[in-house]
Amino acid sequence: MSKILVGLKRVVDYNVRVRVKPDGSGVVTEGVKMSINPFDEIALEEALRIKEKGGASEVIVASIGPAETQQQLRTGLAMGADRAILVQSEQALEPLSAARVFLKLIEKESPQIVLLGKQGIDDDNNQTGQMLAALWNRPQATFASKIELDGTLARVTREVDAGLETIEVDLPAVLTTDLRLNEPRYVKLPEIMKAKKKPLETLALGDLGVDVAAQFKTLNYAPPPSRQKGIMVKDVPELLATLKQKGLVQ
Amino acid sequence: MTHILVIAEHAGGKLNPATAKCVTCASQISDATVDVAVFAAQADALAAEAAQIAGVNRVLKIEDAANAEPLAALLAPQVVSLAQKYSHVFGPSTTFGKDLMPRVAALLGVGQLSDIMAVEASHRFRRPIYAGNAIITVEAPADRKVVATVRTASFQAAGGAGSAPIEAVDVTAELPSHTRFISRSAAATGRPDLQTAARVVSGGRALGSAENFKVIYSLADKLGAPVGASRAAVDAGYAANDLQVGQTGKIISPELYIAVGISGAIQHLTGIKDARTIVAINKDAEAPIFEVADIGLVGDLFAILPELEKALG
Repeated sequence: MSKILVGLKRVVDYNVRVRVKPDGSGVVTEGVKMSINPFDEIALEEALRIKEKGGASEVIVASIGPAETQQQLRTGLAMGADRAILVQSEQALEPLSAARVFLKLIEKESPQIVLLGKQGIDDDNNQTGQMLAALWNRPQATFASKIELDGTLARVTREVDAGLETIEVDLPAVLTTDLRLNEPRYVKLPEIMKAKKKPLETLALGDLGVDVAAQFKTLNYAPPPSRQKGIMVKDVPELLATLKQKGLVQ
Repeated sequence: MTHILVIAEHAGGKLNPATAKCVTCASQISDATVDVAVFAAQADALAAEAAQIAGVNRVLKIEDAANAEPLAALLAPQVVSLAQKYSHVFGPSTTFGKDLMPRVAALLGVGQLSDIMAVEASHRFRRPIYAGNAIITVEAPADRKVVATVRTASFQAAGGAGSAPIEAVDVTAELPSHTRFISRSAAATGRPDLQTAARVVSGGRALGSAENFKVIYSLADKLGAPVGASRAAVDAGYAANDLQVGQTGKIISPELYIAVGISGAIQHLTGIKDARTIVAINKDAEAPIFEVADIGLVGDLFAILPELEKALG
């Protein structure tokens, strides 16, 4: 039976309002709540549903990050993944490097499906899945809102600017998730206890023999330009008068 | 010299305006020559349209039945084969470009820059991260190709006064058969395109139901505007996914944005920050949307919208 490999990225929690450091050297991450990237959580949920319906025999969660990333992987195990792999790295990797690392994991595990979130909500790059599919020389189905497996192929409905698009890809393939693919389950306490006993393998990034040198240099971080303070109007006539004055309505 | 290849996006036999915005971005690099590549089954009309974009040096036409639908797995090797002669390859930061360009970059063995919002130099750009809560200045290596997507809301479309030569090009690339197009369901709304419209009316969770969401359509019709929605409204099933505006939906830059019953989560605000004028209508005076709104009106949307519609005549 087939395996599903799911990528989980450790990111600043969705609800944290990220702030730029005053000296422009980065964003404040000290003491900030970290979580599984929401799109990756959706990817894991989908993998678990596929397995529960008999479409896979094993769900493996994998991450690249510092030792603390074990927390997110344990959460993934508590959600229902069978085992976890942490590629330990103190340096944050660019998407191409992350894709190269995942290609190594693919060579090791031979999954039928690799499920990743469409983007990390930290860097907002939206690249790793596509790059992995390219390096692997396999299909990609990005921004999935529905995944149907049919033997050796997957029919994937994708959220595109024009609406919804359905494509068919041969497996193995890389699928990336959009928001409305599913609603991830809540983790129950007994599952958290059980997850502590599940296998979590740690690999040293340096041992993988992958080129992870950064190509881009970030020169500066700046807060976004702030908008001018607006005005409050008391009713519709005043709203309309203001819009007319600005020439926005006739 | 900087040679930039822009990958045209099109649908229904028409160029997406995102293409002309990419040309604008590319033209901001000094000394750049900008070529546009049109991949299609029948590319004549599209190439002619691209040739009119001001600032375009040359239009490359790549006709192939395999290019009838924009499948990244098929397009990427063709783009790579063209890319050899270029220092930069740009695509729009739409679902088309986001799907394609990272695959192109990986095949070329280079990283990719997402969402260029400003050009500082041929290899130095600004882009947003953390849903636009930080803007970074990034330098790409001078000795490698720059593959990037262009944040279309940050650039005006180049004008239509050009007359670039069109060249039919054969590409040598092996196209995979592992990816097949099945269907597309486009919501034929008859309304202007959300990403290029001058006015947009959006509704949020406070609408309460798909039925109630009709008041948004009604006001939008009055203004000749397309309809947008917050993620909450889409998740709740009040509006279709392609209407979603925000970090993971569409990034828009209309002259006038009317946010109705939208509280203003960071993820939504990142999609509307480039709007010239933001109007917020919400019953909660403390809603974060009022922090970015140019004009705020606190009150019951179900009373305000009909009144506004009537007043618009």
